[in-house]
Amino acid sequence: MRFAKILKNTVLRCFALCAIGALAACSVPQTPVEIHDPFENTNRKIHGFNKSVDRALFRPVSNGYGTILPQTVRTGVGNFAANLSLPSQFVNTLLQGDIDGAARNFFRFAMNTTLGLGGLLDPATEAGLEQERADFGETLATWGAPEGAYIELPLLGASTQRETLGKVVDLFTNPLSYDLDSPENLVPPVAGGLARLGDRYTFSGVIDQVLYESADSYAQARSIYLQSRRFELGTPVASPESTTEDTYDDLFN
Amino acid sequence: MTCSTSFSRRNFVTAGIAAFAGAALSAPALALTTAQAERLIQNLVADINKVINSGGSENAMIREFEGIFQRYADVERIARFTLGADARAASSGQIRAYNKAFAGYISRKYGRRFREFIGGEITVISAKSVKSFVEVRAEALLSGERPFDVTFRVNDNALFADMLIEGISLARTEKTEIGALLDRRNSNLDQLTRDLSSL
Repeated sequence: MRFAKILKNTVLRCFALCAIGALAACSVPQTPVEIHDPFENTNRKIHGFNKSVDRALFRPVSNGYGTILPQTVRTGVGNFAANLSLPSQFVNTLLQGDIDGAARNFFRFAMNTTLGLGGLLDPATEAGLEQERADFGETLATWGAPEGAYIELPLLGASTQRETLGKVVDLFTNPLSYDLDSPENLVPPVAGGLARLGDRYTFSGVIDQVLYESADSYAQARSIYLQSRRFELGTPVASPESTTEDTYDDLFN
Repeated sequence: MTCSTSFSRRNFVTAGIAAFAGAALSAPALALTTAQAERLIQNLVADINKVINSGGSENAMIREFEGIFQRYADVERIARFTLGADARAASSGQIRAYNKAFAGYISRKYGRRFREFIGGEITVISAKSVKSFVEVRAEALLSGERPFDVTFRVNDNALFADMLIEGISLARTEKTEIGALLDRRNSNLDQLTRDLSSL
């Protein structure tokens, strides 16, 4: 038991180190810019692929999922998946030195797993214990890692070099992903997948508008992703030295 | 730009804005105060809340939202921003025609967007002065969802020049969109102006 713990810690630490190493390879623009996209050609090809998968599979399946299941069931599935991700969020809040957030995530997990019937309900939020969203991409940002270049990942969608690395490391920050035996270990990814279907259905208005109604869905998705992620992380859209900011100020002067 | 020029240009579109203009004009300085900006957004939010809880038909609501958007947003400034560098080569006549087409386009598009707020409520949380604008933060509470952040940036025309939903800026998003639409038309602004009415 003790040995397993030490092994886990070593694995975690190893990944943190690898992460730092990989970050050194992150592409950083010479001058601060709103959008840094040196891999645009490849990204656009992947975007085309993702769009065709969405059109042929993800959108119709999510429509079926949303139409067949009532909202209460979809909310339950969403809650359940969110609860399973809490241990990872707990680890990341700790890594970010956010003790208050870590405590909240800890008690949320305890409360929702027991009183919330394994996480299907969310009594913690009703009790005022709001979730402190955290992932390893955010942890890297807290540690001062640069965002890197924009990349669109196959199936997973919009990302950056830093966030992609964060996603890989987060496969390991959740103790549930290696504490569970087969076949229970299938539960978290399946729940996560269903939750994504639910989200695709809930936000279908916005997502369809971006993917199918905009003049350049790639540029639109990229802009929206970067703005929203930087907002979450509390980093400015572009630094004041960036030239694009001058024209933004014209809106107000 | 002073409040007076902006309001005479807009010809006092509605009684509501006229009342607000009176308040804005009585202030000696050009700069907009935090309190004025907050009052503007309070009125805007009250108007939105009235519509999303009116129980009217969807089309009626979209029309109402279009009106609200025209009344409270600095559509002209947003229009010019979205053109970016392409505005420099354009004549004032072209710009005027574009502004008009853009106003219709953006009101329809975001009027439709507001539909998602039906049954919910928006509340103003705080206002503070940032650089050259006043930022008014509001929270939208929709049934069965986590509350989300809606921020308005009010300029010295006493109109909002950007609206950010969870950090996503309407002005920036539309700049990307208009840029792409122009690229597709080989930067032909007249063509874009014509096409905007059907978008």
